[in-house]
Amino acid sequence: MSTCKLLLALGAAGALAAGAALAQSPNLGKTISEADIRAWDIAVLPDGSNLPPGSGTAAQGATIYAQQCALCHGENGVKPAPGYSPMVGLQKFDRMDAPKTITYYEHATTIFDIVRRGMPFMAPRTLSDDQVYAITAYLLAINKLIDEKEVMNAQSLPKVKMPNAGKFIIRFPDRI
Amino acid sequence: MSISKRRSTTPADSPPPVAGNGLLHRRALLGQGFLLAGAAATGFGASGNSAAAEPLKDDPWSLTMGDPTPPRQGPSRFEKNVVRLLSNPNHEPRNSHARTPHHMIQGSITPSALHFTINHSGIPDIDPAKHRLVIHGMVRQPKIFSLEDLDRYPMVTRMAFVECGGNSAPMFSSEPMQVSAQQLHGLVSNSEWTGVLLSTLLDEVGVDPKAKWFLAEGGDSCALHRSVPVKKGFDDAMIALYQNGERVMPGNGYPMRLLLPGYQGNMNVKFLRRIKLIDQPAMSFYEAKTYSQVLPGERFWRFHFLQEVKSFITHPSFGHSLKGPGYYDISGVAYSGTGRIARVMVSADGGKSWAQAALQGDPQPMAFTRFRMPWRWDGQPVVLLSRAWDEAGNVQPLRAEIVAARGQSSQPVKNPNQFINQHYNSVTSWGIDSKGEIKHVYV
Ligand code: HEC
Repeated sequence: MSTCKLLLALGAAGALAAGAALAQSPNLGKTISEADIRAWDIAVLPDGSNLPPGSGTAAQGATIYAQQCALCHGENGVKPAPGYSPMVGLQKFDRMDAPKTITYYEHATTIFDIVRRGMPFMAPRTLSDDQVYAITAYLLAINKLIDEKEVMNAQSLPKVKMPNAGKFIIRFPDRI
Repeated sequence: MSISKRRSTTPADSPPPVAGNGLLHRRALLGQGFLLAGAAATGFGASGNSAAAEPLKDDPWSLTMGDPTPPRQGPSRFEKNVVRLLSNPNHEPRNSHARTPHHMIQGSITPSALHFTINHSGIPDIDPAKHRLVIHGMVRQPKIFSLEDLDRYPMVTRMAFVECGGNSAPMFSSEPMQVSAQQLHGLVSNSEWTGVLLSTLLDEVGVDPKAKWFLAEGGDSCALHRSVPVKKGFDDAMIALYQNGERVMPGNGYPMRLLLPGYQGNMNVKFLRRIKLIDQPAMSFYEAKTYSQVLPGERFWRFHFLQEVKSFITHPSFGHSLKGPGYYDISGVAYSGTGRIARVMVSADGGKSWAQAALQGDPQPMAFTRFRMPWRWDGQPVVLLSRAWDEAGNVQPLRAEIVAARGQSSQPVKNPNQFINQHYNSVTSWGIDSKGEIKHVYV
């Protein structure tokens, strides 16, 4: 048998084996609907998928920030407590030890996502979606990435232009 | 007898020094007789053991019945200092790192209690009976699994290191920090993991061919999530349930974690409770910021999945001191995210000459390989370093190479817990002076 034919034969055997393996797979998982997963399904994607309904502005966000976030991240987003990141960040990252914060992100959706899932740190997932939109608007506005009056919602947030957009290089493209 | 004289009189069957400053041929490790033959011929045997020993007597512990046998044993009370180094011992509300004491342990398996951990919002107290893993998104049928369900699946056992992308970050400092291998490299550990291949579960839910990524998310309060290419999910990803034969340690992700052999530690999501198949990466803040590297010229890397080939000497290293000239066993660990370790070279003269180290056991892919190098120190200042190659042909870069490509800190780094960058895999050098004191140096 030529190597080529041998490989083909092996390939066919492999496919059969995979089919048999699936038939024999334990299949012990219970089925569940997407509706029943909703409470955990919080991740927001860069194109805006999975952003919830709701909206907020920087002015609304400022109040919540002062009450629930400034303690660690600093009043007005500057001078945080030691060990915490500021919320007002650099616009230029031209040395390896330039401290990074939200201005480094390529997508504004990442800000919404981290606040929605993890902040305030000691009471995560207690903010309403409107509050998360408002805080996101506030954080973008104090970094001058949006106008103070702009409303953030599922349509406007993914369109915000971040300063580092287009500067990222995928390290190992062949692994994707 | 001077060192040069000793060298010139070394007979043909003794371990010849194969590189500068006393590195011996690794064959010297194969047989005691070979080593001793060489030692006698070079006069080392005499200088090593000439002091007369005290006459023997029984110690108190040999004359009375010992302690009761505990149901679960811990180390001897004399080993109390063999502990992890904590970055946040007072449990302040932020992340917490515990670094493996590489300079105090041996072999290739990290004891589970000493495996490094980084927890971003503490260690959740998960009831395994209530924990669930859900797989959904771009699949034919979303499914939810309990630990009891997964325990009935076909399991596999393999070795794998897990390394934080920020391990060795102090080495980006423009000046060598005077800290131990634990502080420099303590965010990598190696275990034997047992669990269910993710591909088995992905086959059961039926992945939509348009799904290129999955996000993995934990049940901790920060709901840590990372995006992983589906390719890796079908390749060798595992839902790990056991670590070194027992349930995964709480800080390592109890009751289940994602294991992505060779990939950045943070992607090996712990307390795993959700996998969602998606068509684009989620850009969680860890991939958007924390594990994205600033390069020279205002460009940034992202998706640095691989932990590239690396080695470091653990014995002797910073924190040890040499007790006079004579024989020492140099050893360390080598590992690579792109396969098995193929070769480790050791130098005692700062990289001018190199000798091949002995590799212990059969190197496993994406796992620690312990290397050893027999060495006879003549008491002169030396610089020890190791360099590893993997089976894919990747080689650990020299420091000059990595600095040229990636840069270094603009100021010497003061805080060894700071991560000014990630993914440093260059060589580590230990400078030993004539008193046997060890410093961290750059060559
Ligand atoms: C108890 C202190 C604390 C409070 C209060 C707190 N945070 Fe945080 N925040 C943290 C910590 C710690 C992190 C880093 C999380 C990690 O390491 O995973 C963080 C990270 C963040 C980040 C990502 C920062 C970056 O540099 O990329 C954002 C954005 C953020 N917090 C926003 C908020 C907002 C908005 C609030 C108020 C609703 C808030 N935080 C309240 C501790 C806090």
